[in-house]
Amino acid sequence: MATITAQRSFWEALPKPKAQTGFWSWVTTVDHKRIGIMYFWTSIVFFLIGGVEALLMRLQLAGPNLSLIGPDLFNQLFTMHATTMIFLAIMPLTAAFFNYFIPLLIGARDVAFPKLNAFSYWMFLVGGIFLNSSWVLGGPSDAGWFGYPNYSTMEFNPGFGVDFWIIGLLLSGIGTLVSGFNFIVTILNLRAPGMSLMRMPMFVWATLVTSFLIVFSFPVITVALLLLLFDRIFGTLLFNILAGADLTVYHHLFWVFGHPEVYIIVLPAMGIVSEVLPVFSRKPLFGYSVMVFSTMLIGFVGFGVWSHHLFTVGMGPVVNTVFALATMIIAVPTGIKMFNWIGTLWGGRLKFTSAMLFALGFLALFLIGGLTGVMLSASPSNAQIHHTYFVVGHFHYVMIGGALFSLMAAIHYWGPKMFGRMLDERLGKISFWTLFIGFNLTFFPMHIMGVMGMPRRIYTYDEGLGVGTLNAISTFGALMMGVAILIVLYNLLTSLRRGQPAPADPWDGRTLEWTLPSPVPEYNFDRTPHVTSRDELWIRKHPHLAHGAEGHAAAAAEQSRPDEVIVLPGGSYMPLLVALASLVAAYGLVYWYPAVFWGGIAVAVAGLIGWGLEGDNERIIRLGGNC
Amino acid sequence: MSHASAHAAGHVEVHQEAHAHHHHTSLGIPNQKLGTWIFIASESMFFAALITTYMVYRYRSVVGPHPDEVVNIPLTTVSTFILLMSSLTMALGVSAAHRGEMRQVGKFLAITILGGLGFLVIQFYEWWHLAHDFGLTWRTNIFGSIFYILTGFHKAHVIAGMVWLAVIAISSFRGTLRKEHAVNVDVAGLYWHFVDVVWIVIFTLVFLLTEAGV
Repeated sequence: MATITAQRSFWEALPKPKAQTGFWSWVTTVDHKRIGIMYFWTSIVFFLIGGVEALLMRLQLAGPNLSLIGPDLFNQLFTMHATTMIFLAIMPLTAAFFNYFIPLLIGARDVAFPKLNAFSYWMFLVGGIFLNSSWVLGGPSDAGWFGYPNYSTMEFNPGFGVDFWIIGLLLSGIGTLVSGFNFIVTILNLRAPGMSLMRMPMFVWATLVTSFLIVFSFPVITVALLLLLFDRIFGTLLFNILAGADLTVYHHLFWVFGHPEVYIIVLPAMGIVSEVLPVFSRKPLFGYSVMVFSTMLIGFVGFGVWSHHLFTVGMGPVVNTVFALATMIIAVPTGIKMFNWIGTLWGGRLKFTSAMLFALGFLALFLIGGLTGVMLSASPSNAQIHHTYFVVGHFHYVMIGGALFSLMAAIHYWGPKMFGRMLDERLGKISFWTLFIGFNLTFFPMHIMGVMGMPRRIYTYDEGLGVGTLNAISTFGALMMGVAILIVLYNLLTSLRRGQPAPADPWDGRTLEWTLPSPVPEYNFDRTPHVTSRDELWIRKHPHLAHGAEGHAAAAAEQSRPDEVIVLPGGSYMPLLVALASLVAAYGLVYWYPAVFWGGIAVAVAGLIGWGLEGDNERIIRLGGNC
Repeated sequence: MSHASAHAAGHVEVHQEAHAHHHHTSLGIPNQKLGTWIFIASESMFFAALITTYMVYRYRSVVGPHPDEVVNIPLTTVSTFILLMSSLTMALGVSAAHRGEMRQVGKFLAITILGGLGFLVIQFYEWWHLAHDFGLTWRTNIFGSIFYILTGFHKAHVIAGMVWLAVIAISSFRGTLRKEHAVNVDVAGLYWHFVDVVWIVIFTLVFLLTEAGV
């Protein structure tokens, strides 16, 4: 253990977790792989909750004038479905893969700030619990995932639903922001020797750009939510029309966050696909440098398009035109990526594994979502299809066809590395086709419904609108998607118990994570890898493909001896303590018990100070000896 | 290059890497410092959103008092001066840490905390003055709402900075602040200077601009 110093402060004398197995080892862990696995399962649970919410809405809309659930519950369902899926399911599921794989892909032993990483997870969890606890504490918000005032102000939306929504998002938002800082520093600073920026796998680039988007956009929604919260709890007048407020201030603040958020979700998806396609095409990624710069361009321009969500609030033709053009420009780097993926496939020896199928599904479906996005960006026609099911169809092609399909690819591609067992390929393919067909049945008809005039966020429709059949098809498709998700879950759970043990490199991979055993040992790499190529593992397996001395260097790196002593960060109680204290403070704030609120804040601050001063809890691992 | 010599060269490199492990980063910047800069970039967006809201709202109130009726330039100038001077003592503290005089760090940080305290006393007096003499609270009009929220979040940042500096100062006085902790003083300094810079923007936009009639 660490050396005993002569004087130990109060904080350094505090107990530190020692358990390596069992409950306490998990809740105090700072190991990026364990945190990734916790993100994984937690987001799956929230994904199922969000999915049930979606199915309830689809059942209500299966036919005209149904009254399965009333308008009040319907409004709560679409609010919570969107909030849950975006913040508690898709983003954390991408975070699961960031956590598990970024250090492996860049040849590091952990992230830059392991304790902060644990803190990110706990804040996400307490935010999600807090938000969903509103179901049993008087009902959740019905103000939509955007929460526009003045409908969301106390005057028009009394009760605690909107407060739960605001504070839940603030809590989980802190976790997201912190992980943004963490991954930027990790990627910029913890790369193995030779892993230059332009040798990083595309998923690492996508994570880097995504983290910058998080760091720049989340503070803005934080301000929007705080201003709304002050109005609701302390009676300020920021969104009170009679006091002179301008509600578009909130609209702008929300979408300055809200549009980069789309890329926060989609860029990692593109990164995953850029990893999966080369492996199963047995070719390097086509146009790597252009892919890197396209990713940056999407991230950059993504901050200049937010007002396309406000085309109908009356900003005037000049502003509308500027934002319409900026939005269309995004299609250029996205189109470049599309062609590069096709170029990667072109002439490759394609292997249609389930991961590959999901990645190809992404290409087809995200293309449709992108094209309907260009249609929506034309501000004149936007006025016609705004707030109709066309928009719902469009963004589900982006969110599911784009993000979810690539995450499914990631589960089947990286799952064996995370869990040490192969997933069942036959079930994987069945789940792919069920999801693919169910998805298109659900969401393609929505474009037609929208053009026919069916407004979104309305709990029912009249028979005379003529959208009954389309809605019935859509509901049938949604149930099919539910079945597909259950198949995926069944595949995961049974494969984890009975699946074939995963070899280190089941897919004949190209990148560093496949140099490690499955599942990965606690210390990741037994020696620091030396990187000589973008496709490092591929070059090691095929040294004749390397240019000149690179091949020799790769061979040399292979033969170097493992480190004898490995120092790993040990666990800490503090991240969990600060997160739990924040949860207590949040309940105190909603019901405004100042003692509970300030008590929670005080414990959180004490936890932060303890965090800073408790000192190292390093674990020393001796390879070859007893660990 | 023969295979054997390539092997040997690779081996030596790996060996050195293991020794440099704790200090080496890809960019050569310590992790804490890089992380703090990114945190500051993020905080800039936070204050940008608040300040923008203030600029949109400042003259939209339907009842007074309006900004030009209440700003107090002399008082705020004094508090601004004190806060800026606290950045000087902060810089001296960082400099002491770089020289390895870890006990000196605490003294400079204590003066910095006093500067922050002086700033806060004057600012809270101004809040009291506005509420007491002009009847301006955050429920009076939307100027009051956004003024108190913007300056309040800045105060909260100053207070957080004072707690941060106090933790370092106490460990300096107790002798537990060691030379390898200099980067911790560095990043606390970055944060403190950032809070000052934000105040300069707020002082300019909320106070000087109003006084100038813009």
